[in-house]
Amino acid sequence: MSTGPIVAAGADLFATAVESQGVPVERVDWRPPMEGTSADLATVLTDPLRADANRRAVEAVLGVQAVLVDVAPASEVLGLSKGEFLHAGPPIGWERTSGPLRGALMGAAALEGLVDDPEDAAALFEAGSVTWEPCHHRSAVGPMAGVVSPSMWMFVIEDAASGRRTYCSLNEGLGKVLRYGAYAPDVLDRLHWMAAVLGPVLRDAVRTTGPVDVTAILTQMLQMGDEAHNRNRAGTLMLLRDLSPAMVSGPHPSSDVAEALRFIGGNDHFFLNLAMPACKLALDAGRDVEGSTMVVAMARNGTDFGIQVSGTGDEWFTGPAQLADGLFLGSYGPDDANPDIGDSAITETAGIGGFAMATAPAIVRFVGGTVPDALATTRRMHEITLAENPRWSIPVLDFAGAPTGIDVTAVCRTGILPQINTGMAGRVAGVGQVGAGLVNPPAEIFPKALAALAARTRSRA
Amino acid sequence: MSHTHVELRDAYADSVVLLEVSKAVAATPGVLDAQVAMGTPLNVEVLTGMGFEVPPCSPNTMVVALRVGSEEEVPAALAAVDAALAAGRRDSSGSSGSDGPSAVLPRTTGRALRRTGSTLALVSVPGEHATAEAVDALDAGADVLVFSDNVPVEQEVALKRLATERGRLVMGPDCGTAVVDGVGLGFANVVPPGDVALVAASGTGAQQLMCLLAAAGVGVGDVLGVGGRDLSEEVGGLSTLEALRRLDADPGVRRIVLVSKPPAPAVAARVEEHAAGLSTPVDLALLGPGRPDLTAVAESVVAALGGTAPTWPVRGTARPARGGHLRGLFVGGTLCDEAMIIAAGRLGPIRSNIPLSPELALGPDLQSDGHLMVDFGDDRLTQGRAHPMIDPTLRLEQLARFGADPATGVLLLDVVLGHAAEPDPAALLAPAIAAVDVPVVVACVGTTADPQGLDRQAEALAGAGAEVHLSNAAAARRAAELAGGAA
Repeated sequence: MSTGPIVAAGADLFATAVESQGVPVERVDWRPPMEGTSADLATVLTDPLRADANRRAVEAVLGVQAVLVDVAPASEVLGLSKGEFLHAGPPIGWERTSGPLRGALMGAAALEGLVDDPEDAAALFEAGSVTWEPCHHRSAVGPMAGVVSPSMWMFVIEDAASGRRTYCSLNEGLGKVLRYGAYAPDVLDRLHWMAAVLGPVLRDAVRTTGPVDVTAILTQMLQMGDEAHNRNRAGTLMLLRDLSPAMVSGPHPSSDVAEALRFIGGNDHFFLNLAMPACKLALDAGRDVEGSTMVVAMARNGTDFGIQVSGTGDEWFTGPAQLADGLFLGSYGPDDANPDIGDSAITETAGIGGFAMATAPAIVRFVGGTVPDALATTRRMHEITLAENPRWSIPVLDFAGAPTGIDVTAVCRTGILPQINTGMAGRVAGVGQVGAGLVNPPAEIFPKALAALAARTRSRA
Repeated sequence: MSHTHVELRDAYADSVVLLEVSKAVAATPGVLDAQVAMGTPLNVEVLTGMGFEVPPCSPNTMVVALRVGSEEEVPAALAAVDAALAAGRRDSSGSSGSDGPSAVLPRTTGRALRRTGSTLALVSVPGEHATAEAVDALDAGADVLVFSDNVPVEQEVALKRLATERGRLVMGPDCGTAVVDGVGLGFANVVPPGDVALVAASGTGAQQLMCLLAAAGVGVGDVLGVGGRDLSEEVGGLSTLEALRRLDADPGVRRIVLVSKPPAPAVAARVEEHAAGLSTPVDLALLGPGRPDLTAVAESVVAALGGTAPTWPVRGTARPARGGHLRGLFVGGTLCDEAMIIAAGRLGPIRSNIPLSPELALGPDLQSDGHLMVDFGDDRLTQGRAHPMIDPTLRLEQLARFGADPATGVLLLDVVLGHAAEPDPAALLAPAIAAVDVPVVVACVGTTADPQGLDRQAEALAGAGAEVHLSNAAAARRAAELAGGAA
C-alpha cells in the first residue's frame, strides 16, 4: 500500500519510532502557519473545488505561447486619449502616490504637451482633471512607475490560440529614465525619439519578420544566465538577432536604424518589456477560476504592494510596499530609496525573475547575494508554488522547471514569501534609479487574500 | 531568594521536544524551575501559575522561563536551554536533498511526498494545523495517518469526504495506532505477521486485540486506524468503509476485525450491514453494554481460525481487598470504556471524564466520592501537553492522590507498551505503586517482542505489588471484585 519513505510532519517521536523499525523517514520541516490563518486554511484547503481549480489555472498558464505581433502607439492599441494615463501597481489616489510615480506621471504629462514644464503638472493631477489607472486594468504591465501615456509606443503580445493580447511600453534604458521617476529634458527627449524613430522602426521590423516567439526566447535566455527580471542580456541580443535583418532592409534611413540598433544593443534590459507582457499573457489565462488559490498578479505602485488571485476576480489585496535590500549606485544609500515599485513582479508571479535566481549566478552579487543563496532561493520558491514550468527549465538544478503558480495557501502555511529581484527608484520625484536588490511582498496580504478565498468557500458550501 | 528570567524567542519547536527541553533544563544545577513552551494561551496560563510574568506573546513565539538561585546563574541556564534545543533539533542528514548550503528542507507534507514519491504521510502537528497537512497529503496522492487530536469534527468530515472522492484513506484524526505493510505507525505493538487485519476506531482497542491475538499465536497484518470519531453520527464511518473496502480486496487478508469505542447506533448498523456484504468475514468488536468485550472477541477470532484461546496470563497478586471505591486511571480511552462497561455491570454507576452516560460526567477537578475512571488521553486533558503514553506526569500525580485517599478501595491502571510509547513505563510506575497501600490491578497491553518487553514490565509492576493482567477485561473484573462487586 505504501511506497518510498514515510513522510512525517510534527512530533519527531513518531518519525523516530518508524525509523527504529528500519523504515526510512522523510521529515517535513514543519512550522506553524502565519498567525490567525489556521481556520481559513482548513476551510480553503478542504474546498472541494480547489484542487481541480488550481490544476486548471496552472495548465492554462503553462499552455500560453506568447508572440510579439506588433508595435504601436498606446493611443491606437489601448485607446488611451490625451489626459489618460496608466501606472504600475494597484489603484492609488494622487495624495498617496510615491515620488517616482509622481515624477513619471508629471514627465508623461509634459511629454503629451499637457504642460510645458513637468513641475507644473502636479496641479493637473491634484485637481483630478486627468485620469490614471493601473496598467493591469487595461491588459498592460509597466516596469517601475509603469507610466503609459497615449503617444508612447507599445509592444503588442498575443496568444495565438485565443487571440488575447497584452501590452508593454518600450524600455528606455537604465539611470535617469521616466520609469524611475526622472523627468529632466534629456529624459523627455529620449521618449520623443523613441516615439518618432524607435517605435516605427520596430513596428516595420516586426511586421516584416512576422510574429516573434517571446516564450521561446524566454526558454533560451533562462539557459543563458538571464532570469528575465534583473538580467535580460541574452534575451535582448536574441531579439536583435531576430529583428535586425528586417530593420536593416526596411524603409528607414540607415542612420535611424543604426541608432535604434545601438540603443537596443546598449540596453541590457530592453527585453524586460517583452518578458513582462508575455508573463502577464500567461497569467491572465489563469484568472477567474472559482476556487483557485493561485496568485495571478503581484504589482507595486511605490506605496502599496498588491496581489490578485485567480479565485477572487479583480480584487486587489494590498499592504505597504517594502524597501529593497541590495546595492546602491554611486553615493546613494538606503535613505534615498523609494519603497518597491513596478509591475515587473509579474515575472516572479510567472516563475522567473527572483524565482529563477538559480539560473542567473552572474547577477547574484548585484542583488547582494551568493551563488548558494541563489540556488536555495529557487528551491525555496518550489515550496510555495503549484507547478514546475517544463518549458522554462534551469540547467544548474538538473533542468528542474521554474517554480510556477504561487499558492496563497502555501505562502500562509510556510510563511515563505515570494522572492522578487528589483531595481530601486529614488524616493524623490525626478531622481531616477538609485540601486537594485531583493524584496518581498508585505506578509499580511496573503492572509487577507486567504480570508477572501475562505469567505467565498463558505458562501458556496 | 531566587531570580526569574523570562524571554521570548521567534522560534518554534513541538511540544514534545519542549517538554524534553524543559525537563533537561530543570535538571541543570542552579536551576530551580524551568519551562520552555510555545506562547499558547494555555501555556501562558501555566507559566503565570508557576509565578512567571509573561509579556504579551503569540502561539508562534517560544517562551523561555527560568527560575534560578541568583541572577548570575541566568547565562548558564540559558546555555542549558540552547544546548537542549540543539539536541532536540533533528539531524537532517538522512533527509534527501541535503546537498550543502543551498539545500532546502521540505516545509509542507505535500512537498515532501512529491520529492520522494512516497504514498504515506504521518501527521502529528498541533490539531488546529493538522487538516492543512492532511489535505496536502491527499493532494499529493497519498494516504495519511493523522495522529493529532483536537481537530474540529467538521474539518474531519470535509477531509474524509475529499479522501472518499479520491479513493484515499485518512487514518484519524486522533488515530494513535496503525500498522501498514508491517510498519507500526504511532503506538503499535510488535506482533507476528498474519492474515488477520484490523480496522480500528480505537487505538488502544486495536493494541489490546493485537496483543491478545499474538499471545494466542495468531498473527496480525495491517491495522488500519480510522480515528475515534469515525463511527460517530457526523462522520458516518467514511474511513471505516474505505478501510474495509481495501482489506476486502486484499487476497492476503483472511479475516477482518472491526474495533471501536461505543459507536453511534445508526452508523454501527450501517457499517454492520456493509460488513455482512463483504467476501471476507468481519468480526465486530463494537464496545457497549451487552456486547462482547475485546477479550471475548479475540477468543472468538482464535476459535474461528480453528485454534484454542489460551488462559490469559496474570502476574502477581493484588493486595487484599480493604473495601472502598474503584478508581481507574487510564491512558487508553477504549480500555477505560471497556473497564467501565464491565465494572458498572457489577458495581453500578461509575463517574468519568468520558462517561458512559452524560449524567456521570466528572468535573474538571476529576473528583468523585464514588467509583471513578479517568481517561488521561482524552482531548481535554491533552491540550497543550503530550499524550500520557509519552508523558506520564499527570497520571502519576493522580495515582499518588487516589492512592492516599482512604475512600479508594482498589486502583485499576493500564500500561500500554509498543513503538512510540514511553521507553520504560514501569520505571516510574512501579515505585508509585509500591508507595501506596491499596490493592492495584494493572492491564499491561504489550508483547514480548515490544521494545519495552512485556515480561520485564509486568515483572517490575508485579514486584511492586500489582496484579498484572494481559486482558483488560479480566483486569476490570478483578478490580470490580476487589471493590466489593460480585465476581
